[in-house]
Amino acid sequence: MIEVEHLTKRYGPVTAVQDVTFQVHKGEILGFLGPNGAGKTTTMRVLTGYMPATEGRVAVAGHDVFEHPVEAKRRTGYLPETPPLYPDMTVREYLQFVAKIKGVPAGERKARVEKVMARTWVADMAGRACGKLSKGYKQRVGLAQALIHNPDVLILDEPTAGLDPKQIIETRRLIKELAGDHTIILSTHILPEVSQTCDRVVIINKGRVVAVDTPDNLTRRLRGSETMFVQVDSADAAASGEALARVPGVVRVTQAEGADAAFEVESEAGRDVRRDLARAVVSGGHSLLELRPMRVSLEDIFLSLTTEEQKEEAAS
Amino acid sequence: MSNILAIAHKELRSYFSSPIAYIVLGFFALLFGWFYIGVLDYFVRMGMQMGPMGMGQQSMNVNQQMIRPLLLNMTVVFLFLLPLITMRTYAEEKRSGTIELLLTSPLTDIQIVAGKFLGAMSLYAAMLAVSMIHFALLYAFGRPEWKPLVTSYIGLLLFGGCFISVGLFISSLTRNQIVAGAATFGVFLLLWVIDWIGQGIGPRAETVLKYMSMTEHLDDFLKGIIDTKHLVYYLSFITFGLFLTVKSVDSERWRG
Repeated sequence: MIEVEHLTKRYGPVTAVQDVTFQVHKGEILGFLGPNGAGKTTTMRVLTGYMPATEGRVAVAGHDVFEHPVEAKRRTGYLPETPPLYPDMTVREYLQFVAKIKGVPAGERKARVEKVMARTWVADMAGRACGKLSKGYKQRVGLAQALIHNPDVLILDEPTAGLDPKQIIETRRLIKELAGDHTIILSTHILPEVSQTCDRVVIINKGRVVAVDTPDNLTRRLRGSETMFVQVDSADAAASGEALARVPGVVRVTQAEGADAAFEVESEAGRDVRRDLARAVVSGGHSLLELRPMRVSLEDIFLSLTTEEQKEEAAS
Repeated sequence: MSNILAIAHKELRSYFSSPIAYIVLGFFALLFGWFYIGVLDYFVRMGMQMGPMGMGQQSMNVNQQMIRPLLLNMTVVFLFLLPLITMRTYAEEKRSGTIELLLTSPLTDIQIVAGKFLGAMSLYAAMLAVSMIHFALLYAFGRPEWKPLVTSYIGLLLFGGCFISVGLFISSLTRNQIVAGAATFGVFLLLWVIDWIGQGIGPRAETVLKYMSMTEHLDDFLKGIIDTKHLVYYLSFITFGLFLTVKSVDSERWRG
């Protein structure tokens, strides 16, 4: 649905995005993940036809964004970082205006506006001026604006920024509902958001794509071994640690931060050592307070991928 | 076309939902009334002086001796008020980020620029409509000719169109309304006085500068003459201004 090939964007001497290539399939939610200033917004602006690329090709729904911008834009809904609202228009007037310029036929406009307002929970503010809305409502009107012409592709630049936790959950649910009919790219620097909503992730750092994969695969890729968190009710932490280290399959035991007799126990990949660990603690005469698998988070993946790159750079 | 009208409608509505339209129209009405009374008073006193001197009432012409100087004077007011109309058109969209909505919508740059031009022209036409009330009053007491009045308004529309197209272009260069307003006023003023230095430079320069002057071309319209020379000047000026605006909006994408 969206094809990006060798996209490069330079601002004068500054290269904002370099040689970015990825595809998004129909109905998929793609997460665009990276620290601030990594080139997420620039890439999205190129995809929406707001600015042209210096090099490379971008096609949305089969239409080249540079060759046939109007056709591509007709099929794209875009929520920029700051919702593009006219402060002195009411929400309803604003959405009617957007429907008009996005090419929604005159007869369907009214129904579309009401439907989209209901969908994004802004119907109760329909008569309020956009400039007087709270940040959360502004964001949702921005989302409504992107949906108004029922586009094939939705490009959302940090859709949950500025929302309260309840609204974040609602917005994520809405985005998930929209997938299937729509193909969605959303950018964020909030990592759990990606694992919760996205089918695939593009990790971008300093204008380059560092990884493209599903959140699960990325997690698995990094995890060479399994790690357990074990806390024991014991006065002699060192002895307990040694006891855990003697369990077959355990590779390494390190004392965890915070508590005295708490350990991070690494074991061989694919081998479940939980039963043996519990038995070892209890047979040593202590009580087992906690035993849980530690998951590698996307934070770790992200940090390791971006620092790996730095190391490579330093080496070369 | 419907896209152009949608933008024009939005522009016009934003003028009227902010104080701008009311301030511009209000002060225009006040100033026009002031000028009107002044010119009318002068015209009446001239008439009274000429009567006893043996020159008949026939030699006094409302169109030539009242309406024409009045409208020529009013162009100074437009010089001050039109930058207020155009300065926000692009600068405001850039500052608030709504330009992203327009540029990512299925619109061409030409449609956006044409819509904004049409919106500003509508407000300017509303100003001209206010001035018509005063001329309607003249018909209650005299018999001014209507044909020179029509050509005068055609001339004024074209004259304002030039200023608006330049104003749009300048507004598209910046995100600061004050900068846009000040620069627009400066350029308008320059176009106003451009032929003032002609005589000292030489006959050829004088001809060229005189041709470039905004008001020079207006006078024939106010006399009741539609000369294609002036039509060509105004229309090519407007087209050039809008062309520059389209290019400026386009270059915004490249400059990022």
